[in-house]
Amino acid sequence: MTVQQQPNSFRTGPDERGHFGIFGGRFVAETLMPLILDLEKAYNEAKADPSFKKEMDSYLAHYVGRPSPLYFAERLTKKFGGAKIYFKREDLNHTGAHKVNNVTGQIMLAQRMGKKRIIAETGAGMHGVATATLCAKFGLPCIVYMGAVDVERQQPNVLRMKMLGAEVRPVTSGSSTLKDAMNEALRDWVTNVSDTFYCIGTVAGPHPYPAMVRDFQCIIGDETRAQMQELEGRLPDSLIACIGGGSNAMGLFHPFLDDRSVEIYGVEAAGHGIPSGQHAASVTGGRPGVLHGNRTYLLMDDDGQITEAHSISAGLDYPGIGPEHAWLGEMGRVKFLSATDEEAVAAFQLCSQLEGIIPALEPAHALARVFDLAPKLPKDHLMVVNLSGRGDKDLASVQAWLEAHKK
Amino acid sequence: MTTRIEKRFADLKSEGRAALVTFVMSGDPDHATSMAIIKALPKAGADVIELGMPFTDPMADGPSIQAAGVRALKAGQTLKKTLAMVRDFRKDDSATPIVLMGYYNPIYIYGVDRFLVDAKEGGVDGLIVVDLPPEEDEELCLPALKAGLNFIRLATPTTDDKRLPAVLNNTSGFVYYVSITGITGSAAPDATKVSAAVQRIKKHTKLPVAVGFGVKNAESARAIAAGADGVVVGSALIDALKKTLDDTGKGGPATVKAVADLVADIARGVRATGKVAPE
Repeated sequence: MTVQQQPNSFRTGPDERGHFGIFGGRFVAETLMPLILDLEKAYNEAKADPSFKKEMDSYLAHYVGRPSPLYFAERLTKKFGGAKIYFKREDLNHTGAHKVNNVTGQIMLAQRMGKKRIIAETGAGMHGVATATLCAKFGLPCIVYMGAVDVERQQPNVLRMKMLGAEVRPVTSGSSTLKDAMNEALRDWVTNVSDTFYCIGTVAGPHPYPAMVRDFQCIIGDETRAQMQELEGRLPDSLIACIGGGSNAMGLFHPFLDDRSVEIYGVEAAGHGIPSGQHAASVTGGRPGVLHGNRTYLLMDDDGQITEAHSISAGLDYPGIGPEHAWLGEMGRVKFLSATDEEAVAAFQLCSQLEGIIPALEPAHALARVFDLAPKLPKDHLMVVNLSGRGDKDLASVQAWLEAHKK
Repeated sequence: MTTRIEKRFADLKSEGRAALVTFVMSGDPDHATSMAIIKALPKAGADVIELGMPFTDPMADGPSIQAAGVRALKAGQTLKKTLAMVRDFRKDDSATPIVLMGYYNPIYIYGVDRFLVDAKEGGVDGLIVVDLPPEEDEELCLPALKAGLNFIRLATPTTDDKRLPAVLNNTSGFVYYVSITGITGSAAPDATKVSAAVQRIKKHTKLPVAVGFGVKNAESARAIAAGADGVVVGSALIDALKKTLDDTGKGGPATVKAVADLVADIARGVRATGKVAPE
């Protein structure tokens, strides 16, 4: 991709029509358009209301358990002998991932709007679990759409959602994964327009979702800035996070976008390798198109038909990416890298064994790139990796992968 | 310049009846059968043909039309082939309007300018692109109008009086009123409510209003036709098509006949009303 002329600030988007450069927008059926306009209005009002923020901060502190620690990964740092590696421990949040930050905000907004029924899509199940959790807390019925393939490979999360009182609806259309779950959630929303709130789990979809989800996740980067200041007395030198839709990455990156000294890396899932065509790296291996309400980088064929993504990680198994990431990539502000299934599994094991932290397969992709970036960097380089979720849900997948790839 | 769509609705109005708008998916279940179906539609009683452009992720469509898209794509349908089918149809029929209906991404990837040239030259009269609301008019709607194609917009029960002017602005040919909130192929609409909604839209526009979503047979078509300028039938035709497919998903002459017979039946319902909605 070509690097465009740099704007004065990377943090002012989107414009009033939801565009980040050519990306974003509101590509939805007319039935949904009035709902999206209502949502935008309600969100803007909530954002301007100090009591909304106060209430949200209280839930984040007492229910989610924030702030999450910024942890110095000492043994991994020693092993690689270069950059000082810090983990932003989103895995320690209630429900075990960063997803709960956004869901807390959206469920509060749903209540403010008087919506009585919550729907969500989920890939790895972490967003589904977070949504089911908040719905249980606030006494709202919750329906989670999940690709049938993901229902199989993320059984522990399916059981968690059911225990929390949510209805999990397996989706068998298309490739039976996250994109199809999102189609089905949109179909539900088109049908149940008056009482239903669609809680989207990532920084994608029609405006205002990408901006709203980003805002709710920015607490990750805001805390990181304050914590690094306290620990090291300065800004980090680099940030790195995995990107499927990209909400954990955007939450970490966005507060630092205008600190030009901070290098930023997004790691996509390369599946069996980019040349194999079986991957989920939409920036590295895709091109701009329109799906799920926004223009962004997508995996597709020459006829504009969306192709199936592949990743060992259900949470990254999506053929698109949030539109703001697409724009930041084109601007050259975020550098896109990728990691294969094999590299992610190796990083999953190494992190577990050296730090006593079992990471989710999603951030294991970011760790895989940390492991080759860190050794080349000086010892005073401060690198923050977003450890976006815990790996309990992935133990069966990793075990199966290791069995299948015994050397 | 009057388009085929405008002429057809004007002619039917003077005949005193509503138009029958039929939706089929191009390339479903295969290229040859689909071509035969399209050619059979006018004779069976279709006044306007809506031709679906298959897409992998049809987020406003129900199971029937989703499955039709999957069958078409599996059989190798592409946007290029859909345009070729319209060119082929135009060899024998220069009067029946053809509206292409689908989602934006395949058009965006084909290239908007090139698509409009090829569509216009091939004999396409109008476009319905589900995921392009008025907020995104610069993408395709405005260039399409400039190229001489009608851009038909959906209005829904959620399109209130405040929003209707925005939806109708830049709409041409006809207005497609989606009679229920929901996906294609959902439950039948309430004819009285539909008629009231059509009247509401007509307060804002002189364009004909066609009603779709939930029309399944002659009876429901007749009820809707009494209060609208056109009746759209889609999922019911696709369900009839699907019933004729063998275990491997192959169609044949029975497939074409099943669709044509249902269109003929529904056409009788539409023609039985003998009046259009009052101005």
